[in-house]
Amino acid sequence: MKPSHLTALVLLAVIVIVGVGSHLLGIRLYDRIATNLMISLVLVVGLQTFMGNSGLLSFAHIGFMGLGAYTSAVLTIPSQMKGMALPDLYPFLAGVEVSPLLAMLAGGLVAAAVAAAIAYPLMRLSDAAAVITSFALLVVLYTVMNNWSALTNGPRTLFGLPRTTDLPTAASVAVLAVIAALVFKESRTGKLLRASREDEVAAAALGANIPLLRWRAFILAAFLAGVGGSLWGHFITSFSPKAFYLKETFLIVTMLVVGGANTVTGAVVGTVLITVAYEALRGTEGLLNATSFGAGQVIGLTEIVLALAMIAVMILKPGGIFPTREIGDILARLRARKETRS
Amino acid sequence: MAFAIQFVIDVLSLGGAYALMALGLVIIYGILRLVNFAYGELIMVAGYTLYLTGGSGLPWIVTAVLALIMAVVFGIFTDYAAFRPVRAKSVTAVLITSFAFSNLLQNAALLFISPRPRYVPLPEVFSQTVTIAGAVTPVRNLLTIAASIVLLAAVAFLMRKTTLGIAMRAAASNFTMARMLGVPANLIISLAFALSGFLAGVVGILWIGRIGTVVPGIGLEPLLVAFIATVIGGMRSLPGAVIGGFLLAFIDTTLNYTLSQDLLKFRDAFTFGLVILILLWRPDGLIKGPASGQRT
Repeated sequence: MKPSHLTALVLLAVIVIVGVGSHLLGIRLYDRIATNLMISLVLVVGLQTFMGNSGLLSFAHIGFMGLGAYTSAVLTIPSQMKGMALPDLYPFLAGVEVSPLLAMLAGGLVAAAVAAAIAYPLMRLSDAAAVITSFALLVVLYTVMNNWSALTNGPRTLFGLPRTTDLPTAASVAVLAVIAALVFKESRTGKLLRASREDEVAAAALGANIPLLRWRAFILAAFLAGVGGSLWGHFITSFSPKAFYLKETFLIVTMLVVGGANTVTGAVVGTVLITVAYEALRGTEGLLNATSFGAGQVIGLTEIVLALAMIAVMILKPGGIFPTREIGDILARLRARKETRS
Repeated sequence: MAFAIQFVIDVLSLGGAYALMALGLVIIYGILRLVNFAYGELIMVAGYTLYLTGGSGLPWIVTAVLALIMAVVFGIFTDYAAFRPVRAKSVTAVLITSFAFSNLLQNAALLFISPRPRYVPLPEVFSQTVTIAGAVTPVRNLLTIAASIVLLAAVAFLMRKTTLGIAMRAAASNFTMARMLGVPANLIISLAFALSGFLAGVVGILWIGRIGTVVPGIGLEPLLVAFIATVIGGMRSLPGAVIGGFLLAFIDTTLNYTLSQDLLKFRDAFTFGLVILILLWRPDGLIKGPASGQRT
């Protein structure tokens, strides 16, 4: 078996085991966590397609998730509820009501289209300037979502999305996202992009059109973010623009970076690890608040611990847990070593 | 006429604050080629120091000095906690540690102080206004202009004439070479962080003078402004950062006066849209910095 196929197999097995495992346990809380994990997986793997291959950190990812979620919301909220949920909606959209699956696709496409339209000039930047402008892009997207009341109900909570995302749907989308990321990584664009990550000057000298390559990866990442956002919207059913800002950005960047941004394996492993840690910490925080010995609410503890973990990982293993090789390559190597020894 | 004066004062005071913010960021970037995401939290630290010492009965000026000192201390602390351990590793690693460190400080403020805004005691002078040739102007705007002129001149003098400044600039253009010529690298970096913290402290006091309260997320807007100003200005050039700051203030103020109420809510989106256009025209920013040497 080819190492890349082995990688795909192992990663899909992880998704299936998490999905089926939480289902077999039959605890509803675990079902919720597992669904959340699958949605995060779509987002983190999406971010990996851009960040892992181009080597540029992108903060705008969550903004595109928001675009997907809102697109899907406008398209799927039942028309009799739209008057209440979105009072200022443009009349031509008021009667629109499509199936959530179609809306999910639309969410991804809208996010991808927006990314395609605005990101090209940004892809010419490298290093810190690229990171900073992606951060600015996040703020722009947030500002727009927060103020375009006609489509998003402004800073207020938008409600009324049909609850159609369950564990099997989320898991299937996660499977597709992982496959897309693996295929993209081995595609011509992916390979050239990784060459540019290692050495920009050399890759350009070999004829790689770096902005164009990055642009393609960015669009794919935005598409996956949009799909993930729509999936999340139909899971949580009511949200406000605050859901698509720094806190969530921090969380998915942590997931990707702890696992290892350069590999899809890293994205998957990081998502699973951080989701488990996050839920455990949230639980502890809730417990502390419930027993409430002494002063006030405990908030921010989860983020503090995650931030410390992130700094620790960066110091000890700057590339994350899987810095360069996919799990398939590692297993293939192990097998080859065993064969030469015997 | 009154309008013109008003406009000029608005641009200069906002631009002065923006330029100082950008300068604090670019000093670090110039030498280390590293973006300090925790820069905004230095402003937060200055703000909370003002708040915490405000009730102690000390004269305001003493609390302001304490706030500056705390910003400097935390600036140096940022270096030790987030930068020094990973400095030699990848650029992304450092970006991420400083991002994590910024989150850490913000959430520590959430946990140990409060998520709600806290009022910061301010002297009278911050709420007074004066009339200059028919234009009513808050005194704090004039204070901002004065502070930025003095500090920009002081930083320019420091960078050009003193040994410390020359060593910093040498480190910025070729770090390895500077070390070989006997520039103590770690000391220079710590001093750069101290200077950056000092600028952040001044900006913090002026910024909080405008809004009067401090919240854990207060550093975001100044950080963003500093980011954008440095990107426009050219990332590695100190004059570039100052020009970027003033240009950004000019764009912001113009939009403030020209956009209708409905569109004003989207001002940030317009500003950053313009920034993207500037970058389309000059991807390296307006002013090129010193030839970029390799980071150690």
